[in-house]
Amino acid sequence: MVATTQSAVSPRESGRGTPAPEGWEANLLTDGELRVRLLGEWVLASGARSVSELSRQLNESLPPTKVSFDARELGAWDNILINFLGKLEAIAGERGVAVDRAGLPGGVQRLLALASAVPERQGARRTQQRPDLLTRVGRSSLDFFAMTGDFISFLGEAVIGIGRLFVGRARLRRSDLMLAIEDCGPAALPIVALISFLVGLILAFVGAIQLQQFGAAIFVANLVGIAMVREMGAMMTAILMSGRTGASFAANLGTMQVSDEVSALQTLGIPPMEFLVVPRIVALSLMMPLLTVFANIVGMLGGMLIGILMLDITPITYYNQTSGAVGLNDWAVGLVKAVLFGAVVAIVGCWRGMRCQRSAAAVGSAATTAVVLCIVLIIIIDATATVICTTLKI
Amino acid sequence: MTEMEPGSRPSVVDDPGRNIAREAHIVVENLTMAYGDFVIQRDLDFTINRGDIFIIMGGSGCGKSTLLRHLVGLQAPARGRVLYAGESLWDAKPERRDAILRKTGVTYQAGGLWSSMTLAENVALPLEQYTDLAPGEIADLASLNLALVGLAGFEDYFPAQISGGMQKRAGLARAMALSPEVLLFDEPSAGLDPISSRLLDDLILELRDSLGATIVMVTHELASIFAVGDNSVFLDPETKTQIALGAPKRLLAECPDPKVQRFLRRGEPAAGEPTGPRAQGAMT
Repeated sequence: MVATTQSAVSPRESGRGTPAPEGWEANLLTDGELRVRLLGEWVLASGARSVSELSRQLNESLPPTKVSFDARELGAWDNILINFLGKLEAIAGERGVAVDRAGLPGGVQRLLALASAVPERQGARRTQQRPDLLTRVGRSSLDFFAMTGDFISFLGEAVIGIGRLFVGRARLRRSDLMLAIEDCGPAALPIVALISFLVGLILAFVGAIQLQQFGAAIFVANLVGIAMVREMGAMMTAILMSGRTGASFAANLGTMQVSDEVSALQTLGIPPMEFLVVPRIVALSLMMPLLTVFANIVGMLGGMLIGILMLDITPITYYNQTSGAVGLNDWAVGLVKAVLFGAVVAIVGCWRGMRCQRSAAAVGSAATTAVVLCIVLIIIIDATATVICTTLKI
Repeated sequence: MTEMEPGSRPSVVDDPGRNIAREAHIVVENLTMAYGDFVIQRDLDFTINRGDIFIIMGGSGCGKSTLLRHLVGLQAPARGRVLYAGESLWDAKPERRDAILRKTGVTYQAGGLWSSMTLAENVALPLEQYTDLAPGEIADLASLNLALVGLAGFEDYFPAQISGGMQKRAGLARAMALSPEVLLFDEPSAGLDPISSRLLDDLILELRDSLGATIVMVTHELASIFAVGDNSVFLDPETKTQIALGAPKRLLAECPDPKVQRFLRRGEPAAGEPTGPRAQGAMT
């Protein structure tokens, strides 16, 4: 798009000895006209040129009657020149000095006209003012309450949707539900196995060192069993699933918002809540307890490995010790939490996805807030549940 | 001009009316495009002259956008070459290819604006990356580019906050930021109302005339094709090759190929042609 001037009357002397002049030169003619000679190349690569010197000349006590141009020695040009001339015209306009564009190449004249062809829309420009601290604190508090309210209403809608599913009136496709179940359940088995095995291993390892000092090495089985079944199994699986599935729900539904897929459902009269959100919540709430049982068993196997290798406990002894230590109530506590966590991860993920703005950046932030919120809620719920269970001696 | 057989050379309708110095800018040589084994178009052969507005047209799914992706280095040809001023894009070293592509500006069908940046930041990014200008100057140039496409004052808006037509124009402002020698548009007027579409055509013509840039446009908007096209290539999804080459108006008047005629007449049979099944296959 680098155009060369068409109106070059005298061929430019490009003698090798003398460097071609660059920039501009202003001469005040006798009739008070300020003639600006444009010299050499005016392209992005040659850098921008300041108008301040010309501005000073226009500002003198006896300003020139008009500004005209001589572009015979102008080389290649691009937006750098248009920008310079635009600023110059703006300054001349303020001083009431006329600008004669006739001396400029045709392309330059047309671009200058184009740049001012669509006047700035009134009120379009935004005044950027950074609000003060108090305003920002106030705004984010209001945002927080608004978001909480929105979450609660989303939760309510979800509960209604699940209710409709149970009475068989929800509008969803069985295949979508199965797909969600597969994605939340079997597909997550390998990563859940790896993490819970290592968690069991770590628990046993830390416990073994302490318990060996009292000659109570066998109680490693109790420690690992109870810790996995009551707390770590459900919590680690939930944290894993919030990163894996919660983020995926948010990104998936967010992208569907961006590409109008959600709107398409709404205009068809299919509630997105029932069609998109309910299957995901149901799938994850069903799969979480199963994953947790799996995680608990694999975690205890990890503990058993340490017991066998470090503490010389036989597998049978370890198994008997574990089954004596872990009662049904421990399993119940863990599994109730798992269902709760599954529902939380799915609802938060879907909520952030459904509330996504219509851009790629918004999809990213929806996934991020979903994961962060899921993990925070999981830890809070887990802490609350632990306090309740301890108080009630469950 | 003879009747077309699949595989024979395409009808070339030359326009002797234009007496501009015809210097080849982009040459597509024997290009075959494929996704794996699936051939999209084969044996494409045409030249885009400097300063021309060149239209790539054809029915939906014929590979117009894919051809554009080959021209801007997003996809490698299965066979053949793309030459920019005599230099092969795909045989060049990566640094050299980047240098060639820096002289091109592209707009995408969906705008392709970076959603996390304001319009001014979108236009400023190429300038920040590839020029040594001061931040203040870059901001001025970004505003100038936005003013050129009629978006003065919208510097601080995010792409999601403006309309589709405005996004298209902002994409054009970004494509022009580095003063490229070639501007490539993928469906510039798709999704625009006729008036916005017409204004965009005028803008493209104006930019070509004042800046002397070569313009390549993928479009199937007939109004645009006839309003701005100096030269064009017609891709056929059935024979999977180009079946016509030439100025759109002359193709309409002189091209014997019935598919091209149906396309350029929106499925209406040409005057004097026996009325057959309308728009058969050509406008899928």
